[in-house]
Amino acid sequence: MIIATNVNKRFGRLKALDNVSLTCNKGQSISLVGPNGSGKTTFIKCLLGMVVPDNGFITFNNKNIAHDWTYRSHIGYMPQIGRFPDNMRIAQVFDMMKDIRKNSNTGIDKDLITAFGLDKIMDKRMRTLSGGTRQKVGASLAFLFNPDVLILDEPTAGLDPVSSEILKEKIISQKQNGKLILITSHILSDLEDITTEIIYMQEGKLRFHKSLQQLKEDTGEDKLARAIAQVMKTNAQE
Amino acid sequence: MKKMIKYVVLDILRNRIVLAYTVFLLVISLSVFNLEDNAAKGMLSLLNIILIIVPLISIIFSTIYVYNSTEFIELLVSQPIKRTGLILSIFTGLSISLLVAFFVGAGLPILLYSPSAAGIIMIAVGMVLTLVFVSLAVLASVITRDKAKGIGVSILLWFYFALIYDGIILFILFQFSDYPMEKATIGFSSLNPIDLGRIMILLKLDIAAMMGYTGAVFKDFFGGFWGMLYVLLVMLLWIVLPTWLAVRKFNSKDL
Repeated sequence: MIIATNVNKRFGRLKALDNVSLTCNKGQSISLVGPNGSGKTTFIKCLLGMVVPDNGFITFNNKNIAHDWTYRSHIGYMPQIGRFPDNMRIAQVFDMMKDIRKNSNTGIDKDLITAFGLDKIMDKRMRTLSGGTRQKVGASLAFLFNPDVLILDEPTAGLDPVSSEILKEKIISQKQNGKLILITSHILSDLEDITTEIIYMQEGKLRFHKSLQQLKEDTGEDKLARAIAQVMKTNAQE
Repeated sequence: MKKMIKYVVLDILRNRIVLAYTVFLLVISLSVFNLEDNAAKGMLSLLNIILIIVPLISIIFSTIYVYNSTEFIELLVSQPIKRTGLILSIFTGLSISLLVAFFVGAGLPILLYSPSAAGIIMIAVGMVLTLVFVSLAVLASVITRDKAKGIGVSILLWFYFALIYDGIILFILFQFSDYPMEKATIGFSSLNPIDLGRIMILLKLDIAAMMGYTGAVFKDFFGGFWGMLYVLLVMLLWIVLPTWLAVRKFNSKDL
């Protein structure tokens, strides 16, 4: 569904993405894991067309995303830090998004809005919201249009345990509906029940892309957190 | 794109600065026309205010607005929307709001007190200058990432077009006063939309007669149909070129 081929991106001297190639298919639930500054968010932003790669290309359903913007109607994106126009109310943000994505007739999924209790504070202005509440708005927006692909950048960071659990349940249910889910997180215990595949990135390079099962076998650990810790240690020694 | 323009205009109306700008222009133009017994004198006073204030407000407000809508832009670029459409919507939304503000604040009083050819030209010049400076503002804010730097660039641009440019022209004219510079001044004036606007209005106010030989050359060149067409084309270029550069830059910008 998503195929990236030799994607490179430099920010000045820093090589944020170094020849990244990968393939993601429908029904997979992929975790992007790696230390801070390893290029996870940059890669996600490349997928969304927010960052333009220096060279290499990305295709979505066999169409190069550089020339085609309609593919984004199949994606629900939740950014790492939800930034919204300050003087809009929550309801206005939702209405605006619905208005803009009107032609995608996949139906509206309001489950998260009610589960997070956002429907009770719809007339609050975005600038008055706490970081966690913004994250909730971001998450609800990502799931609102029932997209085929969900891209979640550290979704559970900043959420309280209850909300974090609600979101995880939602992600799992979407995964069972056969959607492609791409998720980055440092809270590996959260990823444990969600993912089927692991992509490990370091210093802009894609180190490996394995199934969760394979990774556990290779490292001889039965917990994801331990397996990743072992990978990080061996990489640091090199 | 229509939807996005709607949201931009609604957002601009919500922060009331444009409303204040309208009232400010209205107060100035009404008081100018009421202080002078002769409408032509009022026009002359208004001319200088319009040539200074309209570009200043247009460029500063637009630059700050584009920076303040960073969140709006970030939210929308990940949505199924063309980037070109997004930046052009912001440009159009800003233009519509500032054009309406100018028309209500200065256009209506001019039409009321001095409904002559000069009045119409003055309204047209004000509106074109609004568009030129909004487009320069969008360019300035797209190419610089830093807000303070972007606003600085905008202020400098305004300073250059409103003050420095005239100084440079005067300097050149004095240095080369032994040579016939009349034709060259026509070329120079095309490089500054504010100058071009001033010439257009002055010609209609018949003060060109007092500007000596250069005034006569101007009247000969800009007074006719082809002169008008030329000015229109140059002004159009001043609007389209910065916008086009801004769109190109924005399309490859990392957000």
